Amino acid sequence: MKIILNNPTKAIFKRELKNYFHTPIGYVFLIIFLFAQGYITFEPGKGSFFLLRQADLRPFFFTIPWMFILFVPAISMRLWAEERRSGTIELLLTLPVSVIDAVLGKFLAAWIFLIISLLLTFPMIITVFYLGSPDLVVIILGYIGASLVAGVMLSIGCFFSSLSKNQVISFIFTSVFSYFMLMAGSPPVLEFLSSFLPTFFVELIENLSIMNHYESMQLGVLRLSDLLFFVFMILGWLLATFLMLQEKKTE
Amino acid sequence: MIEINALYKSFGHLLAVNNLEFKVDKGEVLGLLGPNGAGKSTTMRMITGLINPDSGSIFVNGLDMRNSPREIKSIIGYVPENAPSYGEMSVREFLHFCAEVRGMGITKAKNEIAEKIEKIAESCSLQLVLDQIIETLSKGYRRRVSLAQALIHDPPILILDEPTDGLDPNQKHEIRTLIKKIASDKCIIISTHILEEVEAVCSRVIIISLGKLLFNGTPTEFRNKSATGRMDDVFRAITTEEVVEGVNLL
Repeated sequence: MKIILNNPTKAIFKRELKNYFHTPIGYVFLIIFLFAQGYITFEPGKGSFFLLRQADLRPFFFTIPWMFILFVPAISMRLWAEERRSGTIELLLTLPVSVIDAVLGKFLAAWIFLIISLLLTFPMIITVFYLGSPDLVVIILGYIGASLVAGVMLSIGCFFSSLSKNQVISFIFTSVFSYFMLMAGSPPVLEFLSSFLPTFFVELIENLSIMNHYESMQLGVLRLSDLLFFVFMILGWLLATFLMLQEKKTE
Repeated sequence: MIEINALYKSFGHLLAVNNLEFKVDKGEVLGLLGPNGAGKSTTMRMITGLINPDSGSIFVNGLDMRNSPREIKSIIGYVPENAPSYGEMSVREFLHFCAEVRGMGITKAKNEIAEKIEKIAESCSLQLVLDQIIETLSKGYRRRVSLAQALIHDPPILILDEPTDGLDPNQKHEIRTLIKKIASDKCIIISTHILEEVEAVCSRVIIISLGKLLFNGTPTEFRNKSATGRMDDVFRAITTEEVVEGVNLL
């Protein structure tokens, strides 16, 4: 990390990451997220941890993208909208900083924060190891997969946050768009799409589904194509954010 | 130090800056005057590299904005309109962040930034509030925080967009005194609505309206256009093209 990031990016990264623990945002997020994720995982219902009677984290990894739909936009919505609203974007971009530095610094800080909150679910790992002997590789891959899903949604959020100074709009767009990206590969959606779209188009959409690429990781399979999907998704959305900011820095 | 040639910028149908040309040298304090919406802020945003002109060139210290925006930004200190800053940070943290982004404290001793902050806090009278959260400060203090941010790297060029707007007379006086104190070895551009400010701090005046340059001269030349010495009248005559009693523009 030290090699790639230049000084302005590092400074922005530090400021943003500290900001989560400076303001109530970070603590409120962590408490509610950890509580909700714990509840969903152990919730007494179909597919819950207790009903499955297996010492693994499948219910946890299965539900986490759905939690992200609610929680990631809460983190991403303020990234650029807040800068626009308070006018600090003018300050930030007249420092010797390129737009790319700023986009990267902000994104990485938010991503690291999300990864920290993911890692704070570690009591679940302890629980399953206490109850049985799960496959550690599957768990590690699951966490990597979940981090990548968070990264993609966050980069989508960056883009929608850069569109306007309205955080609510940014939240809703990110949520809805992330939902579609998750569901794109599900049979009902594909069936519906194939009723009027050509086959190659339907296949393309199916390949853009976050869930499909995440599922194999959940099962402990690491494929280069899945990794590349996540990397290109993140870079693509960050590039879109960059172009948007470059085009309209001030309203 | 700053040279602007044939600058144009439009937003949609609105021509914000129309063939603007001027030069500012070291040691000069240039007052940028004009009615609201005249293109003052737009001009400043182009000089600070925030937005790109549609056409025309900006040279700062011999550097072309098109080729070396980062180098130019690093020698400019800028106080944007309304002096925005990160409200949730303390003054010290905010200044530290600005210094760090500017690459200070990396090659030299670690406490370079800390020393710099103490020094700048003293010259901007911020010592008492250094560890307060910016949001909780009064408007006057927030202005000074923004000014401190612009001065922390001791830039040769300072660009201030309405630095005294909304301040009380004492605070205005403080800011002006500070500007005068540092002006001798810097190149400063100030935009303002307050004509008395022009006489107080500026060595030259430029008036723009609808993006066009209408006047370029010293404050005394500006005042002498009116037989009664009223700058308000001269300003009105120049920017509205009305005939104002006692003002001879020729």
